Amino acid sequence: MILVDKNTRVLVQGITGREGSFHTRQMLDYGTRVVAGVTPGKGGQEVHGVPVYNSVKEAMKDHQVDASIIFVPAFAAADAALEAAHAGVPLVVLITEGIPTLDMVAAVKEIKALGVRLIGGNCPGLISAGETKIGIMPGHVFKRGRVGIISRSGTLTYEAAAALSDAGLGTTTTVGIGGDPIIGTTFKDLLPLFNQDPETEAVVVIGEIGGSDEEEAAAWIKEHMQKPVVAFISGRSAPKGKRMGHAGAIIMGDVGTPESKVKAFEDAGVPIADTIDEIVELVKKTLG
Amino acid sequence: MKLHEYQAKEILAKYGIPVPPGKVAYTPEEAKKIASEIGKRVVIKAQVHVGGRGKAGGVKLADDPNQAYEVAKQILGMNIKGLTVKKVLVAEAADIAKEYYAGLIQDRASQRVVMMVSREGGVDIEEVARENPQAIVKYKIDPHTGLRPFEARQIVLDAGLEGNLNKLADVLVKLYRAYAGVDAFLAEINPLVITADGQVVAVDAKIDLDDNGLFRHPDLAELREVEAEHPLEVEAQNYGFAYVKLDGNVGILGNGAGLVMYTLDLVNRVGGKPANFLDIGGGAKADVVYNALRLIAKDPDVEGVFINIFGGITRADEVAKGVIRALDEGVVKVPVVMRVAGTAEEEAKKLLEGKPVYMYPTSIEAAKAIVAMVEGKK
Repeated sequence: MILVDKNTRVLVQGITGREGSFHTRQMLDYGTRVVAGVTPGKGGQEVHGVPVYNSVKEAMKDHQVDASIIFVPAFAAADAALEAAHAGVPLVVLITEGIPTLDMVAAVKEIKALGVRLIGGNCPGLISAGETKIGIMPGHVFKRGRVGIISRSGTLTYEAAAALSDAGLGTTTTVGIGGDPIIGTTFKDLLPLFNQDPETEAVVVIGEIGGSDEEEAAAWIKEHMQKPVVAFISGRSAPKGKRMGHAGAIIMGDVGTPESKVKAFEDAGVPIADTIDEIVELVKKTLG
Repeated sequence: MKLHEYQAKEILAKYGIPVPPGKVAYTPEEAKKIASEIGKRVVIKAQVHVGGRGKAGGVKLADDPNQAYEVAKQILGMNIKGLTVKKVLVAEAADIAKEYYAGLIQDRASQRVVMMVSREGGVDIEEVARENPQAIVKYKIDPHTGLRPFEARQIVLDAGLEGNLNKLADVLVKLYRAYAGVDAFLAEINPLVITADGQVVAVDAKIDLDDNGLFRHPDLAELREVEAEHPLEVEAQNYGFAYVKLDGNVGILGNGAGLVMYTLDLVNRVGGKPANFLDIGGGAKADVVYNALRLIAKDPDVEGVFINIFGGITRADEVAKGVIRALDEGVVKVPVVMRVAGTAEEEAKKLLEGKPVYMYPTSIEAAKAIVAMVEGKK
């Protein structure tokens, strides 16, 4: 698995809110080591037995923190990510949807300069099956196994993970990178990690229309990837110029078309699944 | 969210960029009055949210107020690519010596806002990008400093723009300030004109706003026009759904943007045509599903509905309750197929037993079924 395991100590920013509190419960139930929470102005409280602090810095005086997950509302979300990065949290997972893009442009630049890994925003988080869940996905559909997943979608990832688990292949780590145009981590940032991970035998890349992250991933795979990769692209029948739910899922001019993505993966020798079931078949085939 | 040219120009003017004097008119009488106030040759421009207004005959010159009346009468009420022209911009016609292009876009690959400037203005910039890409200078802006005058001057020089260097650079600096100030997604001045007497003027402008930034600009959010978008899309926004009207006859409802896109793809693959994209989002309760079905049923194009649910945080039984209510109340009168999996799948199936919903175990089987049903009706 990559990035996170059962020892990862997690901080929840926005822990006293409805979403933050609900998912803290879910993560604790999964076995995630949630050590502290932050909500400015609510320091001293407890949520599901987890101590709440006024700032990330305060929380880190009392706790070792390896990752932070953010459920702060959109207007304050980029600021929360910057707070975590400046306090020295090495991995920041930004769940919030609807963050102004210019906030993300500035935050991504600054967070990268600090050497911190940001995942999201507008993402479901990540899960190392059977070890830890730092996200909002339904944990039970992920059975520990052999396949890594990187995805721009939420629900479709759960579908793929469930299908892989039902087929007895199972998953290692699954990372939802988010559906926004400007995100902290893209496919090509994570492929090298899966390439190095001894447990991961194959990788499923779930892309969608919009942007050129799939094309960049394909170029990296062609040059460096030593493990089989299976790709899936959603929105292949979507009209141009229309935003399909995700802020980033839009074909603009000639950029972001499914044709370009299919071609890039084909050039890299990556088979493309047309349905979720085909993902499983293709992974089985590549693993022999 | 798209703004009209006159609204974009008002923003640019507020940030200190020179624009030709002008006002918006809703009637030929108003156009005449504005033209006489300007007292010079005017240009009358249809204000609709589509490109290619000029080619469609929606942009015309008028030499005097009476001619302005006649021209405005022609353009008002005109249909441009399916949209009715309800207002025109009446503005002083610029005495054009040179036409340039200046624009700002979000560049996903570099994760920056990029300024694009070209000597080849007044034409479609995408065409310039295809046919003569070296004619466009691109500059990535540091979000922490904004565009500074020395950078802007260098862009002007690199692009080979002729005219007053400081005035041109000043427009670029202010264009970025306006872009950042209103949380734009795209902002362009095309053409950026050098007039015969050496003035720099934004003769046409376009601004698309970042919907995620609108909460910071309630004054701009109010400018959203109901008639400019499909009425069902506007209604969907009021419910908080991600909804896109498409041109087919199979209504689609699902949870999660990726799953809904996939569902559209499947319907297309088996020869059908989706009527819409509708994502009920994560954790939806029965009333949300009920409202979503009501919205889909309002679309006269819809001849069948495909509900595709993978329960995660969303509980399949909550979805089932919403579906049952919509069916019991007679909201949906066309065939409904459904595929449910994941959290509370069994509970959902139990609730739906005996209800007029065709259940299928996989997405592809459900897609085939609904397409056959709507085809069979013809």
